[in-house]
Amino acid sequence: MGDETRGTQVTSSDAGPGAVALAANAIACQRSERWLFRDLSFSLAAGEALLLRGPNGSGKSSLLRLLAGLLPLAAGNLRWRGRELGTGAPEYRAELAYLGHLDALKPQLLLRENLQFWADLLGSTADLDEIVERVGLAHCADLPGQHLSAGQRRRFGLARLLLKPAPLWLLDEPTTALDAAGQELSLDLIDRHLAGGGIAVVSSHEPIAIARSRTLTLGAGGRNPS
Amino acid sequence: MTGFAALLRRDLRLSLRQGIDLLAVVLFFLAAGILFPFALGPEPELLGRIAAGIVMTMAALASLLSLDRLFAADFEDGSLDGLVLSPLALELVALAKVLAHWLSTGLPLLLAAPVLGLLLNLPADLYPILLLTLLAVTLALSLLGGLGAGLTLGARRGGILLAFIVLPLFVPVLILGMGAVTAVALGESPMAALELLLALDLGLLAVGPWGIAAALRQLLR
Repeated sequence: MGDETRGTQVTSSDAGPGAVALAANAIACQRSERWLFRDLSFSLAAGEALLLRGPNGSGKSSLLRLLAGLLPLAAGNLRWRGRELGTGAPEYRAELAYLGHLDALKPQLLLRENLQFWADLLGSTADLDEIVERVGLAHCADLPGQHLSAGQRRRFGLARLLLKPAPLWLLDEPTTALDAAGQELSLDLIDRHLAGGGIAVVSSHEPIAIARSRTLTLGAGGRNPS
Repeated sequence: MTGFAALLRRDLRLSLRQGIDLLAVVLFFLAAGILFPFALGPEPELLGRIAAGIVMTMAALASLLSLDRLFAADFEDGSLDGLVLSPLALELVALAKVLAHWLSTGLPLLLAAPVLGLLLNLPADLYPILLLTLLAVTLALSLLGGLGAGLTLGARRGGILLAFIVLPLFVPVLILGMGAVTAVALGESPMAALELLLALDLGLLAVGPWGIAAALRQLLR
């Protein structure tokens, strides 16, 4: 024990109640008896991004799942638009888009069918052809999921983000497996999201350049953030 | 399209695309049922008396086959996270998946049941009641099986565990189902057993999705 992140704070100026803002106050995450991090606090206002850095197993994915409401808080609280979040609150769920490290792509279904399913499930009325074009998958929209490469799957994950406008993006390694153009696309989507007043929490191994972002380093020793 | 219909349609489409899984359930049902005449020897009368019971038991076992994948595929490829975070309540997610399971295994079994009945010398007057009962029985099996699938998701050797959990739960369903068939065989009214079976289905429809959703929430912690 003792190598978990503790007492880390990243703060920004306070926003008024109701404004797009995410605040974590002394949150902690426990996985199978081990503390991944404790006393973690940060706040993000509209247009800001938080980059999560840290070695494998330092809790980046867990923090993202925790923010998505997929993991319970072991301590502390989360506030969205100034209001404390209950677990799995539907109105919060409706405002976030989560991209996990798995792409939720069915190998038996065509890419277009996969995307159509998530669009229907989210009640999205977005133009799917346009989205597919945007993420550079237009030429393989009629291929079954099993024929897509890892990079193409990741692009499919990015396409899912575009199905409905969500102010809060929680992205787990959004540039993994992507080629140079794909990484640029990924960063461009995040930049536009932030420019439109959104918030993003992004984990990444490679240093990625996002305007108006701050970095939170998780892991051994609980280094303080820059 | 609503989220519920979208999920139901996707799961049905997936099981049609994976036709081999569907075929496996039906073939297992027929192949296992056909063992009985060989084991019992040339006694068509005895076979005819127990044929309905064999059909129903084999349907229960066959419906187990595809249960362990009910939530596993969505769990493994990350779709379950997306379903949990979708606007659709997790209880309705569970209900849509169970109904898809019923439509993609219960109905094919229903279609195959007369074939097995024929092979087992099932008395002609029992076909209508057997099929009617199977309709209700397979729905109950899918709902109970969904609960077992939710509880054992993520466990190692989940398939075996699933069978241990679910098979005892199948007992009352089989008793009620056979109650209806036996009543007709004895020239009595099957209504009492059928009504109880219907009540069981409705009760499971009301309670099952909540149980499954609770199990899935527990798993994601």
